[in-house]
Amino acid sequence: MVAAMAADNKIEIRDLRVSFGSKPALKGVSMEIPRNGIFAIIGPANSGKTTLLKCINRTIELEAGAKTSGTVLVDGTDVHKVRNVYDLRRSIGMVFPLPVGLPLSIYDNVAYAPRRAGIRNRAHLDEVVERCLTQAALWDEVKDRLKTLGTMLSGGQQQRLTIARALSHEPEILCLDEFSIAIDPVTTMRIEDVLVTLKESMTIILVTNLVQQARRLGDITCFLNEGEVVQTGDTELMFSDDPGNQVTHDYVHGVFG
Amino acid sequence: MTDTTTTDAAKLFTATDLVRHKLRKQKIVGAVFGSMAVIILIPLIALIICLVVRAWPSLTWEFLTDVPKRGMRAGGIWSPLVGTLYTVAFSLMIAVPIGVLAGIYLNEYAKDNWFTRIVHLAVVNLAGVPSIVHALFGLGAFVAFAGLGKCVLSASLTLAIMTLPVIIVSTKEALAAVPMAFRMACWNLGATRWQTIRTIVLPNSIGGILTGVILQVCRAAGETAPIMFTGAVFFKKIARGDLFAYNPMEQCMALSYHLYTIATQVPNVPESMLYGTAVVLLGFVLVFNSFAIALRTYMRHKKKW
Repeated sequence: MVAAMAADNKIEIRDLRVSFGSKPALKGVSMEIPRNGIFAIIGPANSGKTTLLKCINRTIELEAGAKTSGTVLVDGTDVHKVRNVYDLRRSIGMVFPLPVGLPLSIYDNVAYAPRRAGIRNRAHLDEVVERCLTQAALWDEVKDRLKTLGTMLSGGQQQRLTIARALSHEPEILCLDEFSIAIDPVTTMRIEDVLVTLKESMTIILVTNLVQQARRLGDITCFLNEGEVVQTGDTELMFSDDPGNQVTHDYVHGVFG
Repeated sequence: MTDTTTTDAAKLFTATDLVRHKLRKQKIVGAVFGSMAVIILIPLIALIICLVVRAWPSLTWEFLTDVPKRGMRAGGIWSPLVGTLYTVAFSLMIAVPIGVLAGIYLNEYAKDNWFTRIVHLAVVNLAGVPSIVHALFGLGAFVAFAGLGKCVLSASLTLAIMTLPVIIVSTKEALAAVPMAFRMACWNLGATRWQTIRTIVLPNSIGGILTGVILQVCRAAGETAPIMFTGAVFFKKIARGDLFAYNPMEQCMALSYHLYTIATQVPNVPESMLYGTAVVLLGFVLVFNSFAIALRTYMRHKKKW
């Protein structure tokens, strides 16, 4: 345990099992996610990628019928022993594939989490809103209409609003679940550039269906299939011609299934 | 050249038997369904016209603000009107907080287990209990057992129990109409359940909740059975135009019961007074109903997603 901690892992997952009723979603997943870097998770649909993210911030508990076992350690602390689950969730930014603009103004959307954490200072909130919207490559498009409803934005804009919101509470971990699904390639590139800067100070978990995105961004790539880790390794190795595992090779080179 | 193209195109779209058959069916179905919608309007309009015409001689400001005189055969309906306001207002004060909070609990907090299922079953069954049974329950529980006697409070409590299940159900429905994704987004941002409810769920469902409450106002005002054993009285002398005429611990007059008594118990009441009372009661219900509809339209107009 001590030796493992010495490797400076932000998150450690040990033998994580989740099932919905009789249907298992994760069948004993273990992984170590190092501090400050981009950890890419790739895998086909239904391989348990989203479920894995939900276990980290414990929103899995809000799903009806989910049974969980195993441990998730964040900074060496078991998330199930965390007293204040709301603080835990606030230290983790979450972006899911479908954009959700809250039925509030753009400003209030981004200021939502800081306000719930008790920040009332207007100047501070202004600064947070501008910083997060800029990082999410949305500021220039909306800076003149921060008072309009977030739900009135286009799908792609709402997704960037969701990213801005996930950054608003200054998380230490940022989980992106197929964030680029509703965003055009140019904007995706801009956000990817931001992610590269953010990884200096943040642990980013990038779940993606685009294997090329994982290849571009990931420091380490993990291949998840049917609820099990097939292989985890340096991105270069995983995408090389000989990753050491035939299934990985087939998946990243598009000859899977 | 152009002409031939259009005729060809027209042939293409209408020529076959199947298309003709489809279009004919479409027309018939539209006509049948449309006429059903018109048919439901007829009784309401006929009812209102019939009532208003017969009540016309009595429909004056005096009729509203004067108290009944000469054994209900003259004067107005101020006393029962105020009584109805009292019973409805008190029953709302009891039923709305309990009903809305219970609805919030059931939709937002309760897990799906045997306890919540029993509560659901109770709510649904309570909503189906006939009003006369509520009346007998009120008589037993509030008038006799709790020792309140026949009074405004007993009548209001009975009405509250009658309206409670529907308020709970309509509150639940209004809350359930707010997409789950909003709650998930808030929880992921570290908001507690209550913060989520206060900032996102309630502001976007309050219109629906109020609509449900207002519709129950109509029901509470119109029911005769629950109040006739628990707090309504045949006659009570109050001052004309007095809004604070009744003590919650005493009996009061009520519009629905008043209509019942002057129609069946008192001989020689002028016909226009009978119909006038009915018009006021109906007007009460229509005003609240249109208020509910206006509120719903306004909320739909303001819908944020």
